Formats: sequence, structure tokens, C-alpha cells
Amino acid sequence: MANKIPRVPVREQDPAVRATNFDEVSYGYDQGEAQLEASRCLGCKNPRCVADCPVSIRIPDFIMKVRDGDFQAAADIIAQDSSLPSVCGRVCPQETQCEGACILGIKGEPVTIGKLERFVGDWNIAHGDKTPPQITPNGRRVAIVGSGPAGLACASDLARLGYAATIFEALHKAGGVLQYGIPEFRLPKERVVACEIESLRRLGVTIDTDTIVGRTVTVDELLDQEGFDAVFIGSGAGLPKFMGIPGENLNGVVSANEFLTRANLMRAYDKGYDTPIHTGERVVVVGGGNVAMDAVRTAKRLGSEAVIVYRRSQAELPARVEEVHHAGEEGIEFRMLTNPVEILGDERGWVRGIRCVRMELGEPDASGRRSPVEIKGSEFEIECQTVVMALGTSPNPLIATTTNGLQTQRWGGIVADDDGATSREGIFAGGDAVTGAATVILAMGAGRAAARAIDRYVMDKLEG
Amino acid sequence: MFKILEKRTLAPDIVLMDVQAPRLARAARPGQFVIVRADEHGERIPLTISDYDAARGTVTIVTQGIGHSTRKINALEVGDHLANVAGPLGRPSELLDIPQQELQSRRILFVAGGLGAAPVYPQVKWLHERGVDADVIIGAKNRDLLIMVSEMTAVASEVYIATDDGSEGFRGMVTDLIRDLVDNRGKRYDLVVAIGPMIMMKFVALTTKEYNIPTIASLNTLMVDGTGMCGACRVTVGGRTRFACVDGPEFDAHQIDFDEAMRRQTMYRSHEQAALDPVREKDHTCRIGLK
Repeated sequence: MANKIPRVPVREQDPAVRATNFDEVSYGYDQGEAQLEASRCLGCKNPRCVADCPVSIRIPDFIMKVRDGDFQAAADIIAQDSSLPSVCGRVCPQETQCEGACILGIKGEPVTIGKLERFVGDWNIAHGDKTPPQITPNGRRVAIVGSGPAGLACASDLARLGYAATIFEALHKAGGVLQYGIPEFRLPKERVVACEIESLRRLGVTIDTDTIVGRTVTVDELLDQEGFDAVFIGSGAGLPKFMGIPGENLNGVVSANEFLTRANLMRAYDKGYDTPIHTGERVVVVGGGNVAMDAVRTAKRLGSEAVIVYRRSQAELPARVEEVHHAGEEGIEFRMLTNPVEILGDERGWVRGIRCVRMELGEPDASGRRSPVEIKGSEFEIECQTVVMALGTSPNPLIATTTNGLQTQRWGGIVADDDGATSREGIFAGGDAVTGAATVILAMGAGRAAARAIDRYVMDKLEG
Repeated sequence: MFKILEKRTLAPDIVLMDVQAPRLARAARPGQFVIVRADEHGERIPLTISDYDAARGTVTIVTQGIGHSTRKINALEVGDHLANVAGPLGRPSELLDIPQQELQSRRILFVAGGLGAAPVYPQVKWLHERGVDADVIIGAKNRDLLIMVSEMTAVASEVYIATDDGSEGFRGMVTDLIRDLVDNRGKRYDLVVAIGPMIMMKFVALTTKEYNIPTIASLNTLMVDGTGMCGACRVTVGGRTRFACVDGPEFDAHQIDFDEAMRRQTMYRSHEQAALDPVREKDHTCRIGLK
């Protein structure tokens, strides 16, 4: 019986060693390991994993190809639904998606679908067919705002359909959150992100960095003056949130965006770069999502004691299970049911600590999670030199406020339907800019759906 | 990559560059800034735009070489390339929103301290092109550090010079000169725009408050992305936290918490000094296993 084979463990860097470097935590499967793990898949007739995959990758089909050693075929199957397997294999919350639905998980351990996807993606980067597909240019041009997962996926599909796609990126490097947000130890920049972007360039996609749409050029100018037939907005959710508690503007309080951008995009951990980063003996990260885990593990690697402060309990942590597990192994301290009420400064205005209150769980709130309630009189202080706020992000208003008649939600998200169509003809949007902070795979899926809708829109207009 | 077409040294360590950036040059407005990175390993440095020429496709930046990254920028020569120039960032000056007729009745005084003359220039020039003549105070430690005086003279109604040591013009601080103009020389102003070192803007704000003159200051805070993502540029204005990069850089100077803003500017200063000091670098033991 296939399912008698135990789950094939993935080799990882020793926690004590990796807590001092920025190399990738997981080595991933080699071919033999991947084929053995793939042989555990039951190949269900009605695969629940596919139903729970946000982009419906034909999971059992690609896994069977891995089992048979036909990795190119596996890559081709995934490519029909996902353009970023090396990325999603690493960063998807598999436990609540495909792997969470795997039949094997009921009595034992689910197939490690994410690790297999990563294996196929990495194999494809290293050995896959690099010849660009035969594309007949259709003479139409589409502008894509943002080079994160949504924009990359949208550009890739449009390029394959014959469009001249130009991506506009505000920062100096393409990749969006893959570049500035997710750390090297979870998503290698050269080995994975740069390769995904290179494959886009091979398709003929142009990437203009240092171009802030809404400032350098507006969406209306792209349509009216620069001759683009349509615009896709995949500008993400980049605005950081703060708590609004006393002391938040002390020196040493930073958003997770700033902390991670300095470390990831600006390579503050690499002495060859000029970027400064502030840590100190102890860094407290406020929040419980993936970004909080990324920040706290970055702080640890920069040589600080690193502490998570989260107002709910372990069970409610929104971060991927694997990240929480890895963080624990690396010696991250978790202070659960703890909420900051004030950041304390020294006489020079630098952080010296954080005052917190203990919480207990009350009734479930709108999100279905039990909402935390303060325990009166339970205040205490944690000494620290840096506080990183990882409380979530919201869409940047820059594009919406500089585009005529583009409707937004009250919280800033761009109003768009499932195909990405916005309130303006010819303007499409998808990913975090529409949904608020979500996942790489949802953004990628939205980018691909918008690419199809843009194609229909442009073709209809040509005929009409 | 952004090609440097012209380079001039305006004063010791203060360098002006015309940089090729056509889209940016078309979009730039007075009051906005750019983010510049000298090379692949450099920091992202916010710099004010001191002029722009849409027809030629260039923007002019003026950089004072005070730290490692700004010196790297200034070390580049004509024909070299800056790795990145992104912008224009921030909101344009609010003067641009005022109808021309109303503008013409405004009596505006610009107070430029040190490098601040560079970002003041495009505002005065913009007003001049619309028939509005503003007065300008240019202040510096001494005459060698005065910049853009002749450019300013061409577009301003009056240019007043103040040097700390009296080596040119009025001897004393720009705030003393403001008092002198209003108290002794019969000048009346409805608006002051102050751009320069934080400490100067703070004292200009305190001075103009006494005279009840509405005052705008342009904040040169720390920044990483310049688009609202990082929040490094947080400032308190009127008791509220604002982001200088997207809500500013110009704010009501009487509402700005300058002491906090000055303190926040020092956040990475020790790093900057370490980068300038190879001896300290040598003594540094890396804690994360890098060489």
C-alpha cells in the first residue's frame, strides 16, 4: 500500500546554525526523495487537494509524473495553473489548502504537496525547457502596475497571448513582496525570484523599475498618452499599520515593512551593502502573521534575542504552521496572550522597553476567532531596544487617488470583480490591491484571471 | 541606470547634477523630491529636486556629501550613471493649488538654509513664471557655503543673504534677518516657506509664530521607499502621525513636532559614522557569520 510509506522528511539546516545565517532553511527534496514522497499519493478520483487549491493545480496528475520521474511533464502540468511553483511551493499555507484536504491526513500525514511543487519548480528552473514558446505578437500593449505575484502572473499570460506587456515597478528591483518582504532564508532571491523574473524577460516582457505609477506617470497617462490598450493594477497592500499607542514614534520603533525591506531588498545583513538596520540586544515583534515570523527570525539572525508578542493564543496565530515551527526551533520566544499598551523610551528618546498587558480569550469575534480581552492589572514590561510592528498592511492609495473615477472600498481596496474588471473601462486590478493583504497564490490567480479578461476586452474592442 | 549629463560643485562638498530621467522630468513639480541610489550596494537617499526640464528630459539634484552614501553620489562624474533615480515623490507645493490671481496678492518669503536653497529655487522660479515675485532669504554658515544665489536673484523679487559669521550679507541667523525685515524694514508677509536643516526650520517656525505668519516647512526625514511603505518618515503634525513621503514633505510648520523629527533623524547615525570610519569598522565583530 502506497500510504504505508512514511512521509519523507525534508532536509533542513540545523536550527542552531541557520539562526546565524540567511541561507535557506529547507534544502528541499532531491529526485529520489521527491519520487518516494510522490509515490505516497493515492491519486484520488475526486481529489480534495485540487478543490482546496486556490488556482486548482492538477495536483495528483503532476505528482504521478514526479513519481514516474518525468519532471518536465510535471512542470508542464503545474504551469497550466501556476506560473510561480518555486515560490508557491515555499510560501503557500499548504496546511489550510491542498495538504489540509489530503485524504492521507485523516489518519496519518498528508502528502507534502508543497515540497513536491517546490521540487518541480526548482527542477524546472535548473533543467527545464528554456526555449521561449512561439509567440505571434498581436500588436497590442498592456501596462502592468507592480511586479509582485499578481503582476508577474498577469504579464506572463499576456505575453504568451502575444501582447507587449510592460511592468512598472516603483522600487529598484522587480518582485514586489517576493523581493522586499519575504526573507532570503525562506525564498532565495537569486536562485528563485531572479529566475522567475528572467523567464518573464525571455517571454519578451519589459520591466521598468524606478517608476512609481501615480507619481512618475499616471494610469490615465498610460492609457491616453502612452498608447496602452489596457492597464492591470497589481500594486499590492504596502501601507503599514501602527497601533496608535504612546511611544510609537520613539527611535527604535519600525514597521515590519521597513525592517524587512532593509534586510531583504536592501540587504542590510550583507556587509557589502551600505544599508543600516537597528536591532539591539532584544527585538520585540508585535503580531502573529507570516510577516511577524519573518521579522522576528530576521532579528534573530542579526544577532538579537527575538520575541514575538501576540494578543491571542498559539492556536490563533495566522502564520503558516511551518514558519511558527521553524521559529520555535530557532529559539524565538513567543509571548502569547500579550498586548502592548505603551512603548517606553529612555531620556534620549530611544526604545528601552515595551509595556504589555496579559489577555484572555473571550467570545468568538466576526472572524470566528475568540477575541482577546485584557486582564485588568496584569501589566508588565519587556526590556528591548527595537520594536517591530507587524500588524498587517493595507493598499497604497497612491494609484486610486491619481486615477480618475477608479472606485475603492472604504478601507482602500480597489473595487474589482472576479475577473479584475474595475469601475473604469480598460483598467483591471487584482491581488492584495483588491483583497487587502492575502497570499501569493491568490494574487497570482487574480493576475491570471485578469490576463484572460484583458484579452477578451482588447479583442472585443478590436472587433467592435 | 540614469546618466549624469552635467556636474558642478556649488560649494565645498555640495554638488549639483543634471540627470537624464525623461518621465520623471515630465512629471516633476516644485516641492517634490526623488530617491537616489548611487550603485548596486548603495542606500536609497531622498534628495530634493532643484530643477527639471521636461524638454531636455533632465532633473537637477543637489547633494551635500555628509555621509558615506551622499559622498558616493557626489563622487560620480559626467557620463557616469546613478543606479536609480525614482520620483517625483511627495506632494507638490500647495502653492500650486492656489489660483494665480490669489497668488499674485500673496506676499511670500522663502527662507532657505544651507542646501535648502536647492529645493526653494524651483518654487520661486515657478512663481516668477506666473508673475508672482517672492522674497528669499538664503542663509549659510559663511559665504563659501552659500549656493544658488545668482539663480535665485534671477527669479526672486529680493534675495537677502545671512551668514553666521557676517562674511556676506546680514551677520546672524536667518531668524534674526526675518525679524530685521519685519521690525526694521517694513516688510509684511502672508506666508513663509522654510526649507533647510530641521533646527533652522524649527526656529523659523517659532519666530513666525510670534508674528502670526502662516509657515510651511519641508521635512527631510529618513526614508526607504518614499511611497508610503516603510513609515521611516513618520512625523507628528498637529498631534497626528503623518508620513513625510506621501502626506508631505511640506507641512504646516507651526504644527510640526520638530524635536521629535530631529531625534528621529539620528536613528541610523551611528551606522553612518561607522561606515565613514574604517578603524571602527575593523574593530567590529560580525555577529551573523559574515566576513
